[in-house]
Amino acid sequence: MSASASLPHDAARQHVSGSARYVDDIPTPQGTLHLAFGLSSCAAGQIKSVDLDAVRACPGVHLVLEAKDLPHANDVSPSAHDEPLLADGRVHYAGQPIFLVVAESHHLARRAARLATVEIAAEPAILTIEQALAAESRFEDGPRIYTKGNPTGAMDDAIHRLQGQINLGGQEHFYLEGQAALALAGDHDDVVIHSSTQHPTEIQHKVAEALNIALHAVRVEVRRMGGGFGGKESQGNALAVACALAASRTGRPCKMRYDRDDDFIITGKRHDCQIAYNVGFDDSGRIQALEFTHYFRCGWALDLSLPVADRAMLHADNAYDLPHVKITSHRLKTNTQSATAFRGFGGPQGMVGIERVMDHVAHSLSCDPAAVRRRNYYPEMTSKPAARPAITPYHMEVTDFILGEMTGSLLQRCDYHARKAEIARWNAGNALFKRGIAFSPVKFGISFTLTHLNQAGALVQIYTDGSVLINHGGTEMGQGLFQKLTQVAARSLGAQQAVIRASATDTSKVPNTSATAASSGADLNGMAVQAACATLIGRLKDHVAQQYAVKPDEITFAEGQITAPGLSLTWQEVIASAYEARISLSATGFYKTPEIAWDRIKGAGRPFLYFAYGAAVTEVVIDTLTGENRILRCDILHDCGASLNPALDIGQIEGGFVQGAGWLTTEELVWDAAGNLKTHAPSTYKIPACSDRPDVFNVDLWPGQNTQKTVYRSKAVGEPPFMHGISAFLALSNAVAACGPQYPDLQAPATSEEVFSAIARARGSAL
Amino acid sequence: MNMSFFLNGKSVSVTPKTGSETLLDYLRLDEKLCGTKEGCNEGDCGACTVIVTGRDGVPRPMNACILFLPQLQGCAVRTVEGLSGPDGTLHPVQEAMITHHGAQCGFCTPGFVTTMAAAHATGETDFDAALAGNLCRCTGYAPIIRAAQAAEKLPVPFWMDEPPKFQALQSRDDVFCPKSSDELAHWYARNPSATLIAGGTDVGLWVTKKMQSLGPVAFVSHAEDLRHIHDEKDILRIGAAVTITSLMQAIRPMSASLHQLLRRYGSPQVRNAATIGGNIANGSPIGDGSPALIAMGARLVLRLADERRALDLEDFFIAYQKQDLRPGEFVESIELPKAQGRLRCYKLSKRFDQDISAVCGCFKLEQANGAITKARIAFGGMAATPARAYKTEAALCGQPWSLETFNQAQAAMAEDFSPLSDMRASAGYRAQAAANMLIRYFHDLQATQVNIQEVHP
Repeated sequence: MSASASLPHDAARQHVSGSARYVDDIPTPQGTLHLAFGLSSCAAGQIKSVDLDAVRACPGVHLVLEAKDLPHANDVSPSAHDEPLLADGRVHYAGQPIFLVVAESHHLARRAARLATVEIAAEPAILTIEQALAAESRFEDGPRIYTKGNPTGAMDDAIHRLQGQINLGGQEHFYLEGQAALALAGDHDDVVIHSSTQHPTEIQHKVAEALNIALHAVRVEVRRMGGGFGGKESQGNALAVACALAASRTGRPCKMRYDRDDDFIITGKRHDCQIAYNVGFDDSGRIQALEFTHYFRCGWALDLSLPVADRAMLHADNAYDLPHVKITSHRLKTNTQSATAFRGFGGPQGMVGIERVMDHVAHSLSCDPAAVRRRNYYPEMTSKPAARPAITPYHMEVTDFILGEMTGSLLQRCDYHARKAEIARWNAGNALFKRGIAFSPVKFGISFTLTHLNQAGALVQIYTDGSVLINHGGTEMGQGLFQKLTQVAARSLGAQQAVIRASATDTSKVPNTSATAASSGADLNGMAVQAACATLIGRLKDHVAQQYAVKPDEITFAEGQITAPGLSLTWQEVIASAYEARISLSATGFYKTPEIAWDRIKGAGRPFLYFAYGAAVTEVVIDTLTGENRILRCDILHDCGASLNPALDIGQIEGGFVQGAGWLTTEELVWDAAGNLKTHAPSTYKIPACSDRPDVFNVDLWPGQNTQKTVYRSKAVGEPPFMHGISAFLALSNAVAACGPQYPDLQAPATSEEVFSAIARARGSAL
Repeated sequence: MNMSFFLNGKSVSVTPKTGSETLLDYLRLDEKLCGTKEGCNEGDCGACTVIVTGRDGVPRPMNACILFLPQLQGCAVRTVEGLSGPDGTLHPVQEAMITHHGAQCGFCTPGFVTTMAAAHATGETDFDAALAGNLCRCTGYAPIIRAAQAAEKLPVPFWMDEPPKFQALQSRDDVFCPKSSDELAHWYARNPSATLIAGGTDVGLWVTKKMQSLGPVAFVSHAEDLRHIHDEKDILRIGAAVTITSLMQAIRPMSASLHQLLRRYGSPQVRNAATIGGNIANGSPIGDGSPALIAMGARLVLRLADERRALDLEDFFIAYQKQDLRPGEFVESIELPKAQGRLRCYKLSKRFDQDISAVCGCFKLEQANGAITKARIAFGGMAATPARAYKTEAALCGQPWSLETFNQAQAAMAEDFSPLSDMRASAGYRAQAAANMLIRYFHDLQATQVNIQEVHP
């Protein structure tokens, strides 16, 4: 069946031959103008004066805009209307756009932007978590708190107790294609936007607000992105709005793309955070009470920080059944880039918190960390009624838990116990190098926590030659969504894969879409495509039944052949005949996720339809002289339910692991004392390179299926595998622990320098 | 100035508007060949990789974003659009990338397939090294390596063949293309404020990132004699415009350790452009070439018009970004002693491949009768210039070859250097790691395993 075949990405041939077009590759009409922002070099302060004479005088500059020149809404925020396109009186971070240059070329616009003289009366900037706490600089009135059981009482009764804290760095998305947009003004106060965005509908909304026109006058098209990872959920708004404004003012097509350094300096990243913990546990490592305090550095504007920090709380349990738990989350406002969505959306941070606790507990008891983890698992899914309900800290019942069995299978297939013993022997005989190994599980909740976003639409059109065009609300950023959905359509229609194509995402074809985010692309849009196909098949069956005098339920559509007793037709014959019989060959489909309901203030309800699971074991080696380190091997077993396309899913898992390991090892964001980001290009910000992937890298899919009625019983795959990277961090901690008796207290990112510091802590020789 | 080169098998003729027009802009804006992508515009991501075949006929990957058009006179350039055959047949690496799901978002893919096609043409199969200059954020690289391996034994398609025809480039006032070091010497003496460009991997960023206008420039790599390596019995004489790639080949029999260090210098794309003369002359405190060459006892030959002088490389660096160069004077060649069996080079950076060193330590100690007789130790990243650790050397010389000696000498290093903290490393870490490299050197020469790259699962 084509819906589970390992077919290549729908644009694979275009990718390898260089013909796949991204926004900056779209041939533009003559006279297209190019945009660049002038940026604040100050993290906080009052704008005293902006002298743009030299910018305007620059040959080739057509227009320069400031906040006061904007005719309507000066806002590109996805949430709280607190993010002006151009700074209005004050600047809130170093890198904030202050003015917009419209010129005849990209380079010219960038060069001209540097000719401005901006005077800012600097004020003390709030840059760090500590500074924000001291100044009570935060979003929301106070911290959010989720509680289950009686953590205070249980903590008092606990046999053992530990406290600790882990600092987690942020992460730059480093999509290879930077942010980009192109606007073409129409002849009826309308505008067409090509944007590299995960959220075309939001681009439509922000452009409509900025031009004060109705949504129907804005059409947003997204053929593909050169990577998104959450970084194009809201961060493309500014470019699209700027282009639309400039196009509306000049009547010319306008294009904007960020140079890589600008992209780093302007746009938001993964939230960095601190997680403090206080844990009580018994002799076996079973956790009796746990208190987490999350401190999230959200940056200057709200953006998506509330749901991100919420999701961190929702993954503070990961796979573990915590009887008494309290999670407190502070969302701090700082004069830095506004932190935004990034693959996992807070989940990875929350999960590192609990995995750190497991690591610390196991170290203090000298127990095998994998054994401690399994002891704390939620009860395994069974066909029998559960002895006791498994309840998360947010009071949702876990009914689909399969990590017990997956863990057993993974540890066995990667020979965990024998390798662990061998590593201990090797370490004993090696003074300079130490190896480490670690296991970590993933349980990731699937659904947008903002319940109303869990809806999707699709449009399926069959043409008279039998070719099928599908359109849906999801965007293609490399994950293979278009390919998966053409496979879903082929299977749903019983048509051959070759006749089906997915067209660019387009707000004029499918309206009111949700962002392609929260791993939901295939789940939501797949069901919508399936619904549209079901409508069409219903019509076609009725037609065939009537035309050929067969019963509708005896007709089968499979692989382009339509058969019934005494009847065999090709897909093309049926379509031609349906057209002549005046049957509508176009249908929309709609889907909304059932059963979910969530109160984020109370921290109670069912935010997720189901959980996706996975397990990883990673082995590393460290050099004790310098802290240099390397991943040697990684084994992953991951649950995609009944996979829609195993090859594409494995691609997500391999890529997710390496990206997750990068976050926790070499990817370090450094700001200076004035709030300037010092790591703003690949020369200084180091994502994993080819040789950083594990020498041995085994990825297998768990042969199961979703207990929920998702599209062909598959599970979402975008974000969950990212968190397998946590096993690399834990393996480093394990290797450092081989250097001395103390707990290494490894912080993230575990750069060579951090590993080196942790070695000193393990040895008890830290300064 | 009219220049010509081959582009995807066809001769093109172009008149660059300035000397600093990049190949990437030319491809995307003038030729509308948009397959070659701009990912970073500083030569660090490889999305703009094209294959350049130069005088030696070897196809090499290079970063189009920091290649200036005058550098390409007479070369053959092949972009992703030129990898498939005249009838549209895909190159074997392109087919393999489809079969093995090597592309996800596809934006880095043109750069990967061009680098892979260059490696395929030269029979290179160490793919981690070959692809070190191409970043991918989606795949985790595993399927790309599977694709490269799947294609490695398939024949090179006939259409990849391209013998370039070389003609010297005619100069004009603001863009000088010398045919020899003599021509360069006289022109530069007359135009001492001009910018010399060899590989352009540093100057390229002045244009793409600082958005500077360069004024008069000379593309020194056109001077043939500057690209030569002469074997002069005890020394190698290395022309200033010898690329790091060529230097690696020459150095391999002399020092496996330096070869390994240079294997981590930039990326293949960068090494194919960057020159050793440029690396030294720009005076960077964190370049990897100078510490190694200082430890080796290299001497520098400087030239002003017809006058030459030689000095020890360590004496060339006066202060931060200040070198012992007079107006109109340039680095002509480097004299490198050949006996380097005891040289060891250690590079410490956040990422193993294609990263700038936090610390680069290079050591060469001689011993006789169990005692250390001579020590040359040089570091990058520890001071405002590449510098020798004179006090550490003194603490070692005359002492017995023992771990105790090395442990004791660590203290002297604190007197040699007061490193800085920056985004790459803190001062304290730099100091401790540098001191520990000394210990590593001791173990290394005892044949203890000191390279974690050699630990395998």
